[in-house]
Amino acid sequence: MSDRLSARFAACAAEGRAALVTFVTAGDPDMTTSAEILRALTAAGADIVELGMPFTDPMADGASIQLGNIRSLGSGTKLRHVLAMVAEFRKTDDATPIILMGYFNPILAYGCARFAVDAKAAGLDGTIVVDLPPEEAAELVPDLTAHGLHLIRLATPTTSAARLPRVLDGASGFLYYVAVAGVTGANAATPTDVADAVARLKRSTDLPIAVGFGVRTPEQAAAIAATADAVVVGSAIVDVIGSAAAERANDIPARVGTLVAGLAAAVRGARQKDKAA
Amino acid sequence: MNVHAPSLRSGPDADGHFGAFGGRYVAETLMPLILDLEKAYRAAQVDPAFKAEFDYLMTHYVGRPSPMYFAESLTDHLGGAKIYLKRDELNHTGAHKINNCIGQILLAKRMGKTRIIAETGAGQHGVATATVAARFGLPCVIYMGARDIERQAPNVFRMKLLGAEVRAVESGSRTLKDAMNDALRDWVTNVDDTFYIIGTAAGPHPYPELVRDFQSVIGHEAREQIQAAEGRLPDMLVAAIGGGSNAIGLFHPFLDDASVRIIGVEASGHGIDSGAHAASLAGGRAGVLHGNKTMLLQDEDGQIAEAHSISAGLDYPGIGPEHAWLHSIGRVEYQSATDAEALEAFKLLCSTEGIIPALEPAHALAAVMRIAPTLAKDQVIVMNLCGRGDKDIFTVADALGVTLK
Repeated sequence: MSDRLSARFAACAAEGRAALVTFVTAGDPDMTTSAEILRALTAAGADIVELGMPFTDPMADGASIQLGNIRSLGSGTKLRHVLAMVAEFRKTDDATPIILMGYFNPILAYGCARFAVDAKAAGLDGTIVVDLPPEEAAELVPDLTAHGLHLIRLATPTTSAARLPRVLDGASGFLYYVAVAGVTGANAATPTDVADAVARLKRSTDLPIAVGFGVRTPEQAAAIAATADAVVVGSAIVDVIGSAAAERANDIPARVGTLVAGLAAAVRGARQKDKAA
Repeated sequence: MNVHAPSLRSGPDADGHFGAFGGRYVAETLMPLILDLEKAYRAAQVDPAFKAEFDYLMTHYVGRPSPMYFAESLTDHLGGAKIYLKRDELNHTGAHKINNCIGQILLAKRMGKTRIIAETGAGQHGVATATVAARFGLPCVIYMGARDIERQAPNVFRMKLLGAEVRAVESGSRTLKDAMNDALRDWVTNVDDTFYIIGTAAGPHPYPELVRDFQSVIGHEAREQIQAAEGRLPDMLVAAIGGGSNAIGLFHPFLDDASVRIIGVEASGHGIDSGAHAASLAGGRAGVLHGNKTMLLQDEDGQIAEAHSISAGLDYPGIGPEHAWLHSIGRVEYQSATDAEALEAFKLLCSTEGIIPALEPAHALAAVMRIAPTLAKDQVIVMNLCGRGDKDIFTVADALGVTLK
């Protein structure tokens, strides 16, 4: 089977635009609604989906995604439910790449080998494990590789030129650039800093560069989409889910769709504007 | 012992592993920081000036060596082995925590860091960190679970008097593990100027190693003192374990002495079977949290469980990775004590020795109360009295049904 990630990045490149990566926590606010949100994301123009595996102690996440984790766990989400949701989604969409993002302990508890088998069977494309740096990745990588799954590596503003080769060694799928030192959804990087970082990374790798952390508005997304291969938006979407869930609204997927449509339009228009100017 | 046996004191390995435990499970943003810290620590270890300043402050600021006290009245009461108390509760700030804080703030200074952060459970580590930050003129932020703030009001006030900002952590179980999450979030945001003083022998490498090394002053002193008092090594060491820094500090210099039985005491709260406890070795499984692989209280899906102990300092669902390893190889024996047993021990030390212990070492004493009467009178136990109980009088009053105004 062809690799969904490389096919999707190639398709976006052919359109002369960046990909929009949207993050939601699986099971937020509950599994049924979350499955509808997943379909709403792609219907509204998300090119790649990052699906958060909920964890009790999301150390790298800001308030928005912490709350998403709490809502999801509160509704009883288990890793096996998340995998089942992906399998169900794959019945109607076999093209959109889905990356599971989270922390190592739930995978370790599930069993690395069993996780790789079941993740592949469900139709996942890879995983981002926030607290599994290259130094510890040998515990998971062989199982993922054996099943054609990517372990997406992260580079950050603290990744020096000396360290970058370590990060890139064994990297596949794409490289996730964490645009600011901090937690998700907090501060934003300037477009100039991002453009410089993307240019620097591109000198060292042919992998597509996705940029995330602190990207909340269509304007911010467009600015990053002008130079990066993909832009990741998470906390802004999770906030919409959170406030709608607090109101007990029954149109959460539609509200998410509206937000994502705006982001998708901005990402699609980002380089046209450049050309016009 | 067999002199050819490999030393148990040589860990961790180059990647920070103690057997299957330890390591560096942190976000990529933090990796360069902990690699820098390791480099700075290696340089400090071979710098005589660093050791000289540490030793000077231990003597003149902390008040070391702490006494090795023969608890004669307690020994008579229990009617068995001779019980010695390593009096680390007499240190400046009232617990062993200051030993580690002095070491880490000297590292911070060496690395040119200008801002200090820390997590705290009972508040002892927060007070010790606020103390050294004041002494060295650095701004300091302490993360503390909102629930711990309620039960440790005196220590919160102490930290504020010392100039620290205490930030209440409202997420999760609102205790020590959540405070550590927020401290890590702060560190990942303030990567250039901030030094994170971790309070126990846990977290990503090199923290478990360097905290152990700074706390080993306890065990090195104890070795000399007990040999001076008894002319030989003790038969048994006993210490309480939350993350396990006071215990590893006492144990580490004795690990290769096969004749010394070593016992760590976890907090079993309302009892292991109740599910409301903090005994991650007795009731947990291997997992990854807060930068290291260790034994953790967790459910079958890998979600971290909430710990319970009457002692805020032991109320943590994990344990330092070196203890997880020592447990796995059987060198150290781990027992547990309940809230109720710790309270009985607390009262016993007050009445027999005129010493009000912290609730943390009261757990160690509960184990001593069980074991000492079964041993011959010529046997020698050294127990680490790692903190004093002034901070706990409100919790104890509450548990005993006494209303203070």
